[in-house]
Amino acid sequence: MELFEQLLQYTLSGLSTGAIYALIGLGFAIIYNSTSIINFAQGEFVMLGGMLTLFFHITLGLYLPLAVVLAVVVATAVGALFERLAISPLKDAEPIILVIITIGGSILIRGVAMLLWGKDTHALPMFSGNEPIILMGAAMMPQNLWIFGITLIIITANRFFFHHSISGKAMRACSVNRIASRLVGIDVKRMMLFSFVISSAMGAAAGIIIAPLTMTSYDVGVMLGLKGFCAAIIGGMSGGMGTVAGGLIVGVLESLGAGLISSGYKDAIAFIILLIILFIRPQGLFGKGEAERV
Amino acid sequence: MKFLEGSMKQELAKFFVFAAAVFTAPVFFKGGYIVNVLVFVGIYTILAVALNLLLGLAGQISLGQAAFFGLGAYISGVLTATHAANPWVAMVIAAIAVGIIAFVLGFPILKLKGHYLAMATLGMGIIVYIIFNETVDITGGPSGLSGIPNLSICGIIFNTDMKNYYLVWSFAMATILLSVNLSASRIGRALRALHDSEVAARILGVNVRLLKVQIFTISGIFSALAGSLYAHTVQFISPASFGFNVSIELLTMVIIGGLGSIYGSFLGAAILTLLPELFRTFQDYDIVVYGIVLIVITMFMPGGLVRGVPLLARFLLAKVKSGLPSEKRV
Repeated sequence: MELFEQLLQYTLSGLSTGAIYALIGLGFAIIYNSTSIINFAQGEFVMLGGMLTLFFHITLGLYLPLAVVLAVVVATAVGALFERLAISPLKDAEPIILVIITIGGSILIRGVAMLLWGKDTHALPMFSGNEPIILMGAAMMPQNLWIFGITLIIITANRFFFHHSISGKAMRACSVNRIASRLVGIDVKRMMLFSFVISSAMGAAAGIIIAPLTMTSYDVGVMLGLKGFCAAIIGGMSGGMGTVAGGLIVGVLESLGAGLISSGYKDAIAFIILLIILFIRPQGLFGKGEAERV
Repeated sequence: MKFLEGSMKQELAKFFVFAAAVFTAPVFFKGGYIVNVLVFVGIYTILAVALNLLLGLAGQISLGQAAFFGLGAYISGVLTATHAANPWVAMVIAAIAVGIIAFVLGFPILKLKGHYLAMATLGMGIIVYIIFNETVDITGGPSGLSGIPNLSICGIIFNTDMKNYYLVWSFAMATILLSVNLSASRIGRALRALHDSEVAARILGVNVRLLKVQIFTISGIFSALAGSLYAHTVQFISPASFGFNVSIELLTMVIIGGLGSIYGSFLGAAILTLLPELFRTFQDYDIVVYGIVLIVITMFMPGGLVRGVPLLARFLLAKVKSGLPSEKRV
């Protein structure tokens, strides 16, 4: 019985970090699909979400929901600005050049955050209370429920946007064929901007809801970003449910591994899972095998 | 994206000019701090050239080069500091061991393409980094491993910056010469073919799978040698020197210098090693300045410094020429 409770406990906490990885991974996939760029600055928006909320709520003393909204808005603005200033001006650059620019952007954003807020680790207060909820012997914070709820809302909204709105459909068209999309009158440049806006907003939201559980600091974005990348790769770089499943798989297995095997190897476990999956299925767990065009 | 710009004769001439410059350079610096920095430029040149063979020549990305660098350093370090092995023997063992690891890992990893390959190599780098941190009994964990002896040859101990400069740069020049030779050889041509189209290369009878693994292995061995040199010159190693950010820095060196250009890799290594030293004066602002410089160089010289700087010079020259008469008119 004890083992069962432990397993349940690890699975629950794994699911909530997994939800975060899923949100970050979706951000990766959305940008990749509309620009062919792997955006290494993705993790920094996650960091910005947490740090900005902290700044608005603790330093400026704003009401928490207002601080959250402001943090998402500012982080999204940073994402949009980054796309306009550094990605958009390069029209015909190879993807690898743009990837290096996102690395530069990530270093820059992290550096500015360090200058503004220092190197200390901070905790954001829980959204609603510190009383754990006991569920079949496993303890869960109300914050976990917030994470599940908000993630669910974002993913649903995302799905609705990409399947039922004109802009969303246009963005999906861009991911299939950019030249053809331009020919039918889609403003590809604007869709690229949209992809950065959506991804940075989602990243920031993920950073905000996880911050009360895991603490936040200027360099928290690197590892979170990479785990999100893991999720997206396992999902076959799709902007849909594959990536969500990828995030949850990484989160749960990592949590189980850390609890049952060794917490020091927690981060390694996520990547070992990833390598095993890639070795068995080179196109990701949920990616479709593609015939290569020569 | 050619790897060789001219004929083999021109390449050799270029090589000897570069070698002459490298080996006379310390005379002008008369020792001091700059020589110490240039030792690191040498080590990173080896690493960047090794990655460039993989990325520029064969078109295969790796975001985990720091793993091979670190494995080389730790195998050398542990064998000499803990087990009192001869440093040269340790270096050879490190190179062979990393070669075998790269060869074995290469088969499943290089089956992958594009961002999947990037992610797999990245994962490999992070796993190795975590192992360095966690195997405290062997590696000393996060606090590092000290007491690694210097290399020595015929009674000369490489224990000053000046001696290390010649040691490291001898290895760097050998790496460059081997790489130039390799890319001019039959293997080099096959690799270029596979860079352009894997299917076409396979149709022409190139064993694509084996060839990719072989170049991955060579790249790993060069990186391991750089790691050994690092361990024996600095005499102290800790996991932080071989983390994810180092792999990323190496990639940046190759791209900023110029993808596919061997001397570009040297330029990239030099710039990225010297910049943080120059920016020390900015103190905490250095990381911000570094980020901006990285973005600006990549944005305005997407072909890398080897292609960007001559273009910039021509542009400025034209500006000056056309600018002069208009000034007279005023």
